[in-house]
Amino acid sequence: MGRKLLLKDIDVPGIRSFEVYRKQGGYASVEKALKTMTPDAVMEEVKKSGLRGRGGAGFPTGMKWSFLDRKSDKPRYLICNADESEPGTFKDRYLMEYIPHALIEGMIVSSYALGAKASYIYMRGEFRWIFPILEKAIEEARAAGFIGKNILGTDYSLEVYVHSGAGAYICGEETAQIESLEGKRGNPRNKPPFPAVVGLYNCPTVVNNVESIAAVPPIINIGGDEYAKIGVGKSTGTKLISASGHINKPGVYEIELGLPVEEFLYSDEYCGGIWKGRKLKAVIPGGSSVPILPGDLFLKNAKGEPRVMSYESLADGGFASGSMLGSGGFIVMDETACIVRNLWTFARFYHHESCGQCSPCREGTGWMEKVLHRIETGHGKMSDIDLLVDVAKKIEGNTICPLGDAAAWPVASAIRHFREEFEYHIKYPEKVKDPKHFEKEPFVSERNAVVAA
Amino acid sequence: MADTKPVQFTDAAMALVQKIIKRYPEGRQKSALLPVLHIAQAEFGGWLSTETMDYVAGILNIKPIEVYEVASFYTMYNLQPVGKCVLEVCRTGPCWLRGSDDIIQYLEQKLGIKEGETTADGMFTLKTVECLASCGSAPMMQVGNHYIENLSVEKMDEVLNKLKETHNVPSPDYGSPYPVTPGK
Ligand SMILES: Cc1cc2nc3c(=O)[nH]c(=O)nc-3n(C[C@H](O)[C@H](O)[C@H](O)COP(=O)(O)O)c2cc1C
Ligand code: SF4
Ligand code: FES
Repeated sequence: MGRKLLLKDIDVPGIRSFEVYRKQGGYASVEKALKTMTPDAVMEEVKKSGLRGRGGAGFPTGMKWSFLDRKSDKPRYLICNADESEPGTFKDRYLMEYIPHALIEGMIVSSYALGAKASYIYMRGEFRWIFPILEKAIEEARAAGFIGKNILGTDYSLEVYVHSGAGAYICGEETAQIESLEGKRGNPRNKPPFPAVVGLYNCPTVVNNVESIAAVPPIINIGGDEYAKIGVGKSTGTKLISASGHINKPGVYEIELGLPVEEFLYSDEYCGGIWKGRKLKAVIPGGSSVPILPGDLFLKNAKGEPRVMSYESLADGGFASGSMLGSGGFIVMDETACIVRNLWTFARFYHHESCGQCSPCREGTGWMEKVLHRIETGHGKMSDIDLLVDVAKKIEGNTICPLGDAAAWPVASAIRHFREEFEYHIKYPEKVKDPKHFEKEPFVSERNAVVAA
Repeated sequence: MADTKPVQFTDAAMALVQKIIKRYPEGRQKSALLPVLHIAQAEFGGWLSTETMDYVAGILNIKPIEVYEVASFYTMYNLQPVGKCVLEVCRTGPCWLRGSDDIIQYLEQKLGIKEGETTADGMFTLKTVECLASCGSAPMMQVGNHYIENLSVEKMDEVLNKLKETHNVPSPDYGSPYPVTPGK
């Protein structure tokens, strides 16, 4: 069993309440930080821990905090990104729903390190029933003196608020989130200036993912150096993985980074293997935005070395033969899955979620959705495949925010690894007219075996 | 529905709105727009009429156009009347892998409507939505404040019957992240 830092108490009855959470050692990091450490010392520990942003980009959290403009006399803000809308990702929801105090504790310590006096948790509006859970947790923490004026008798004061989104994936992007929190449409801003200098209400702002913030209390409790010993290389600590798709045990798992992918996928402690006794076809290891990998390339890199669950190992091989850990949205497909249809659902998603500001993204995602739909339903032409590659290339790198790239990468990687399956759709239009085509008769490559053992 | 009720928050709803406005710095009351629209939608029949949006603009002291452009950007706001019970079935990749297409097809047949439509008796509206962060319990749908997860075609009749009972009387539950009446 790997070490657990975030979910270690998930099975303790009543852990949602302050009383039980506190009994399990909760809020110790607030006492330690506010009474014995300066804000800078808290930031130093986070830097030493090597914690990398858990929202998808993997940017070092301590370094992000150090960019916050501390010279300006404007208020500073911390926004917790609880928008969780990347398809395949559902770990933040799990944490907030079942151990809300882990997030609230993290909010207090992180806000202290940043000098924020008011912090917001921006949660996707669909999590309607979690709002009362978090608000209750905040009230309990306030009643115990951990939130409000002069916390624990120190001169640090803080308010934490929950704010609701209203259904827009793009509001997970940090500058769109800031716009949305200001009561506007979620149109991402041009960078620079970065939020660390000009953010919410034009004030210095840090936006961090739920899981990143919840990782701060254990770092303060055990120390940054100790945290950095968990994991492998620059992938330190533990990570929540949301596992979905064709596996026996979908769910949220906390792993030590560096866990062999094979163990994660096949052992009963985690995913429990492929369902219905079927074979593995492909894995999208980090949420819908990251490149898809055929089973064999997922289990072993192009050099034949087994991969592990880490930022570096999953990315090994670059875009040619690697992927990314991303948000940890781990989507598994068995031999009956149709790569084209799955990709079409993603293209539809990105088209639907594009804010429409940049024409390559607005038009390109629409094109990709349309072309993929016609290929999938048996109306495609051979030239459509290269058309898709071309459209994806035109989007990549030519947009204000990374949603454009996020829409392009899955298309480019699916065609790179599964071109033959796209060709099959065009060669055999009658066969693919049935939406369940590969469920009835799994696709078998005529050129090489796509399916791993 | 909205047209039978005057567009005027109850005292309880108004108190909640005022409490939420105070969460943002002075002069930044526009920040409360998304939350207040959620409350308005739940209070005034499950959708946002022009009248409702103008009313919200007045409360927040912003121009009506600022409300319209926001309301039309976010998918959770209904700009048309909806049934008492809105079924929002997720259809993105991970849910599709576990059979969301079958659920949608079954509901369309059973209710005799297409996605986006409302049954003639005004009971059910069927919508398809994108990933609701419930992929580990797919297929699934959202109804008001709840997620109904691990759906299967076999279970659908029972689910629909239960929903009919709970949403018919005395008043429908459109759901809101900011419940005016706790527990609803
Ligand atoms: C289109 C798009 C959607 C995003 N959605 C989320 C999200 O739902 N949750 C999240 O934490 N980060 C999301 N991000 C990343 C954020 O912009 C930001 O990098 C992150 O919240 C920073 O937190 P971290 O450093 O703690 O990971 C998204 C980015 C993009 C471009
Ligand atoms: S890339 Fe797409 S989502 Fe991002 S700002 Fe441009 S149009 Fe909007
Ligand atoms: S794909 Fe349906 S909840 Fe994520």
